[in-house]
Amino acid sequence: MGSWVTSALILVPAGAALALWLLPWPRELVAPLALGVSLVEVALWIGALADFDFSAGAFDLQYAEQATWFGDLGVTYHVGFVGIGLWLAGLTVVGQTAAIVYAMRAGRDRPRAYYGLMLLLTAAAVGVFAAQDLLLFYVFWEAMLIPLYLLVGVWGGAGRQRATLLFVVYTMAGSLLMLASIIVLGISEGTFDLRALQTNPNSSTWIFLGLAAAFAVKAPLFPFHGWLPSAYREAPAEVAGVLSGVVSKAAAYGFLYIAILLLPGPAADLRTPVLVLAAVGLVYGSLLAFRARDVRGVIAYSSLAQLGLIMLGVFATNLAGWNGAVLQMVNHGLISVTMFMLAGLVESRTGTGRLDRLGGMAKGRPMLATVLMVTGIIALAVPGSTAFAGEFLILTGVFVTGWGWAVVGAIAIVLAAMYMLRLISAVLHRQEGSAVSDESRDLRPIELVTLVPLVACLLFLSAWPAAITSHTFTGTSNDPALSDLLPELQK
Amino acid sequence: MIAAAIPTPSVDWAALAPIIVLLAASAVCLLAAVLLRPAWGRAVSAGATAAAFVGAAVAAALLFDSSETPSSVTEGALARDRLGLFATFIICLIGLLAVGVSWMHTARRHVPEYYGLLAATAAGMIFLTQSTNLMTLFLGLEWFSIGLYILCAYDVGVVGSLEAGLKYLIVGGFGSAVLLFGSALVYGATGQIEFSAIAEATAKQDLSGDLYLVAGLAMILAGLGFKVSAAPFHMWTPDVYEGAPTPVTAFMSAATKAAALVLTLRLLVTAFPDEAELWTIALAVIAVVSLAVGNLAALTQTSLKRLLAYSSVAQAGFMLTAIAAGNEIGGQALLYYLIPYGAASLGAFAVVAARERELGRAVTLETIGGMGWERPLLGGAMWVFMLSFAGMPLTGGFVGKFYAFAAAYQRGWTWLVVIGVIATAVSIYYYLAVIRAMYMRSAPAAGVVAVGGQPPRDSALSAVAATCVVVVIGSFVAVEPIIDLAQKAVASLAFPY
Repeated sequence: MGSWVTSALILVPAGAALALWLLPWPRELVAPLALGVSLVEVALWIGALADFDFSAGAFDLQYAEQATWFGDLGVTYHVGFVGIGLWLAGLTVVGQTAAIVYAMRAGRDRPRAYYGLMLLLTAAAVGVFAAQDLLLFYVFWEAMLIPLYLLVGVWGGAGRQRATLLFVVYTMAGSLLMLASIIVLGISEGTFDLRALQTNPNSSTWIFLGLAAAFAVKAPLFPFHGWLPSAYREAPAEVAGVLSGVVSKAAAYGFLYIAILLLPGPAADLRTPVLVLAAVGLVYGSLLAFRARDVRGVIAYSSLAQLGLIMLGVFATNLAGWNGAVLQMVNHGLISVTMFMLAGLVESRTGTGRLDRLGGMAKGRPMLATVLMVTGIIALAVPGSTAFAGEFLILTGVFVTGWGWAVVGAIAIVLAAMYMLRLISAVLHRQEGSAVSDESRDLRPIELVTLVPLVACLLFLSAWPAAITSHTFTGTSNDPALSDLLPELQK
Repeated sequence: MIAAAIPTPSVDWAALAPIIVLLAASAVCLLAAVLLRPAWGRAVSAGATAAAFVGAAVAAALLFDSSETPSSVTEGALARDRLGLFATFIICLIGLLAVGVSWMHTARRHVPEYYGLLAATAAGMIFLTQSTNLMTLFLGLEWFSIGLYILCAYDVGVVGSLEAGLKYLIVGGFGSAVLLFGSALVYGATGQIEFSAIAEATAKQDLSGDLYLVAGLAMILAGLGFKVSAAPFHMWTPDVYEGAPTPVTAFMSAATKAAALVLTLRLLVTAFPDEAELWTIALAVIAVVSLAVGNLAALTQTSLKRLLAYSSVAQAGFMLTAIAAGNEIGGQALLYYLIPYGAASLGAFAVVAARERELGRAVTLETIGGMGWERPLLGGAMWVFMLSFAGMPLTGGFVGKFYAFAAAYQRGWTWLVVIGVIATAVSIYYYLAVIRAMYMRSAPAAGVVAVGGQPPRDSALSAVAATCVVVVIGSFVAVEPIIDLAQKAVASLAFPY
């Protein structure tokens, strides 16, 4: 694969979105076309993965492409992949493909607008993980918001207008603080190139806080999660899945790859406050998930908890923590997309997501039961699952930082088991709920086509979590960038 | 014999080409009004005006190329330099697009005169941007203002149009008077009317801080503030924008700002370099007030034209931020900003005009409901314009704001950046309200039925909207070429910071 692959991963879906909007496609061709483009994305990504040199340093850029954009301020179109970005780009293309298949089943109306926006979202999210210029990163970051706003606002549930408003107000407040930070950082250093900025780290706490504001809202990190419940409830199921599975990862990635790498000093200084927020979010989210009254509520709050856990790993600032965080980002991404789609499928069969009206769905619906059980059990980090590997690494990493954090993390894993098992039993077991009838059928083949690949990815990672952990941050011995950085972060 | 006694100045006629072409088109329009039948008159006058705008734009582009070193068109009254020509080019393009918006305008009477006024007004704006002394400044200002007063009141049959014209006349006349008084004070203090001579006199006679000079500068700033509709000189803006015929609003919102802001930049940098400390801070304050007033007032508007009017006040705040920085990046930022702003502003009012023609009544956030789905092109275009105003990426508005903030930061005014960012955050609310109304509300829910069934296809207006979209998005992609041109345009100015 040549270095064109990075730009292709961004431009192919963006161009396809434009083509969908501008040309008069027959209605029935739109969805297959979008799916085709998504599959091309997956193929491109696999190609990039196959030729990726994992023995290089964790922050050695591959498939890099650079072109001037506006030279007088030092802003360039600079894209490429490091290991972590590549994994998350993969999560994006896989998650988006599943979401598009799901949408085909659900039959979204106004298909040209809908699939165009989905493809634009793919382009923007891949761009976030590929951008190597700070301003370009911001551009892609904000570009994600445009399709999300409409996807939730037009195709969402009854309370969608309020949900989108909350979502946009929270996100923009954070993003604009990030923009101010980016301007201050870039203009004062004379370049916006991430490579150049990383070799010449800045030490302003204000800049770090500005960047962190955007990431903390998008993740979300406690207490910036006010938009989360309504957005995850009102969004179409597949969009909620992408929002929690893919878009939230952009925030965790931003913390690790932008905030910490560009500003290691402030990151080290502010480590404890961030860890406290992450730990509180982890426990608080888990408790809310345990108390939630509907399927989506459980998944939404568990997402808050999982992001807290990932942030523990990121701010453990050591190899174990980071490897665990990256693995857990991919795990949670796949789990979230699957779970939200399952929630959507259950809702479309019963007309409700309320746990007290569901129940007994395992009987006569073996496929649904199997997929939900497998995903749920992986999500609760049963030993042997990939989530267990991720969480174990995070706890190992954060234990080195302070054993107290690991205790909190361990408690939260117990809580995760509680809310996940409660969800499974409330949907599948117990007496048949009032909303469940014989009309509520088992999963159909197209629905299995959506879900099984995602579950297969999870099972594959369960069998070989080292696929990610041994191929992201390999070690400090042969990686000078990493071996310089980590001690500084431990100060 | 007498002719020999009066020395005639040499005139660079080539540099006047854009103005002459537009005035010629204006004359053709007036003749067409008298000589031709209405249907022919409409076609001929619109065609002549459009052709003149194209011709003037081409002339400006050619002159831009050959005007590397600034020269005087005639005895220090007008400048032939790249700054003026850059603005000329923008104004001509705005004018051309305004012709497209006006083509299907519903008013039936005096159509050729309308186009004649449009061309003449644009010529006045060009004259203003090239003026280099206080006399030509005032002349240009009045020239285009009088044209706009009449254009605002042009739809005599429409409620509010006459009122808008009168209101604009009175407030605008007041603004002009203030500016004229200020000019007189500056002349009194320095004995000069030419911009660069004022600066020289100030430096030579050590007039910096002189009471008359400062008072004159303040009054000139206030007078220009009226024209760019910066707060607190913006009171006329919402009423006039709402009452004026929408194509006129589209033209004046985009072109007036371009002309007046470029002139402001030229005047302050060339005539008052010694007072830079003063006017940069004054402009920064005006910018902050504009951002606050424009954004907060826009939040509560339901009429789309009023909303866009207040938004234009806020946008003026962003552009004044760029001038206030008083550095070269600021100058480039202003010139860059004018392009996506002009396209988005004109395009947004064009969409409003289209909806107005469909419904036959005022466009509000209610009546625009569902338009995004009924009119995919216009809806999608409006989406792009709103995102550009809000400074979202993938539109030129983002780069413009970024440059303006960068200029303010380079000046050392981080506080101004922070205020600008907060203002942007507030503005998102009402810009998204427009998108929300268009896409997330259906037309039946809003209780709107188009009068008279299917509206006539307005391909001229659609083409304008599409062009504006291309400009807004294209300016995001092609930043480097535009900034290069802007850099050349401001190269002849000696920025104080």
